[in-house]
Amino acid sequence: MVPAIDISAVSRRFGQLQALDNVSFRVEPGEFFALLGPNGAGKTTLISAMAGLTRPDSGTIRIMGHDVVSDYKAARQSLGVVPQELVFDPFLTVRETLRFQSGYFGLTRNDAWLDELLFKLGLADKADVNMRALSGGMKRRVMVAQALVHRPPVIVLDEPTAGVDVELRQSLWSFVQELNHAGHTIVLTTHYLEEAEALCNRIAMLKKGRLVALETKDKLLARSNERDVALKLSSELPASLEALRLRQEDGRHILRLPELGALEGVLATLRQASVEVRELSMIEVDLEDVFVNMMQGGAN
Amino acid sequence: MQGFLTLFRKELVRFWKVSFQTVAAPVLTALLYQLIFAHVLSKHVEAYPGVSYSAFLIPGLAMMSMAQNAFANSSSSLIQSKITGNIVFLLLPPLTALEFFFAYLLAAVVRGLAVGAGVLLVTSWFGLGLPTHPLWVLIFALLGSAVLGTLGVIAGIWAEKFDQLAAFQNFLIMPLTFLSGVFYSIHSLPGFWRAASHVNPVFYMIDGFRYGFFGQADISPWLSLGVVGTSFILLSALALWLLHRGYKLRH
Repeated sequence: MVPAIDISAVSRRFGQLQALDNVSFRVEPGEFFALLGPNGAGKTTLISAMAGLTRPDSGTIRIMGHDVVSDYKAARQSLGVVPQELVFDPFLTVRETLRFQSGYFGLTRNDAWLDELLFKLGLADKADVNMRALSGGMKRRVMVAQALVHRPPVIVLDEPTAGVDVELRQSLWSFVQELNHAGHTIVLTTHYLEEAEALCNRIAMLKKGRLVALETKDKLLARSNERDVALKLSSELPASLEALRLRQEDGRHILRLPELGALEGVLATLRQASVEVRELSMIEVDLEDVFVNMMQGGAN
Repeated sequence: MQGFLTLFRKELVRFWKVSFQTVAAPVLTALLYQLIFAHVLSKHVEAYPGVSYSAFLIPGLAMMSMAQNAFANSSSSLIQSKITGNIVFLLLPPLTALEFFFAYLLAAVVRGLAVGAGVLLVTSWFGLGLPTHPLWVLIFALLGSAVLGTLGVIAGIWAEKFDQLAAFQNFLIMPLTFLSGVFYSIHSLPGFWRAASHVNPVFYMIDGFRYGFFGQADISPWLSLGVVGTSFILLSALALWLLHRGYKLRH
């Protein structure tokens, strides 16, 4: 099967900044895929490169098998992008905005689908309202509709819920899930890890332009069975526990346990070695910790 | 093709929705020039034998207004889209450089023609008769608007801020359009300024346009057509090349 997105050895430098550094991965058709990373990690640059807004210095990107440079027309027909910045044309109403966007993709009689989009996104009663008169959340919905006018098989949402109210976030996600069930491939970037956790099958993490993790959500979450524990001891950590130690900070040893039950064995070992536990605290691991840990260079 | 038609229609909608400002205002400005200059100069100057100054002035004002507004249309639309960021909605679809360029160009030409027609209409009682060569009038109206519309596309792509565009407009477009024989026959100029006018493509637009009305002008309409046509081809090639490269649009 042709991958929905095939990114191969993509690099892009802006002056001193290596925005993308030899990034490669594939997204299969029908996946719900999350692209995570702190600000400046290269997420938006990567999405821009997929959309043809940025040209990579090297490497290739294919959308549904179409190269985004040499076969850009077919690639862009296959891709719907919701940009991160809240932008709109102040001269147009909501319906005009969507009709024009359809036309740019070569579609003329698209009103039935536009009506459906307006309805699904809760914009039906705003169809003839000027874009200027809409709230930020409503404008965001129009941007989602704009990305979908041509029913692209691959949909990319760049932080679609940043600064958006809770109600919209939920209705947006249920709509996007519906699209995913209908067979659309979804890629999203988000700062809200619980969204990635709730929605996505697979997760890629970028850091300083490099891909630092690419795993199924289940595998990433399996790491959340791990527990980190901070111990302050009366003397040195016994050598047999060295392997568990992640780091040492403020006189505490941070140990990573494969699961909570392993704590018993650690305490027994300490007792045998006559090391006294002065302080013990658990550090919960969730996707956020996995994420933060990776971003601080804790993994790979 | 559909992409081009849609973008063309969008560009028409854009200026037509604010036509008071994009069409009516420049027509009024031209009318004021006409009123003032015709009043002051009509008794002193006869530009061509049998052509009153009032009549002589009208085609020049019409062409100057067409040129300025064709430029304003494409350049301001592009810079606004770039600064507000909504240009992204034109960069994501599969529009070709050719579709993009001709949509902006034709909308600029339509605005130029609308303004030109308006100027001719409101100044019609100043004694400008029907054109002796309507085809030349049409050719120079179209080509003149197209050259400035293309220059507007280039300026809109190049400029990153409104003041850069304003500089382009005030320090290039305004002098070119004002110092082009709108208000005088260049035969009345001293040698240096006459020579300088000959390197200004807007001079040829106005002179050719005027020839269409009076059957006489400073130079042959064929020479004017050659200069204006060549300017259009060269500027279009530049604009298309910039769009194809994605200059300042795709990073």
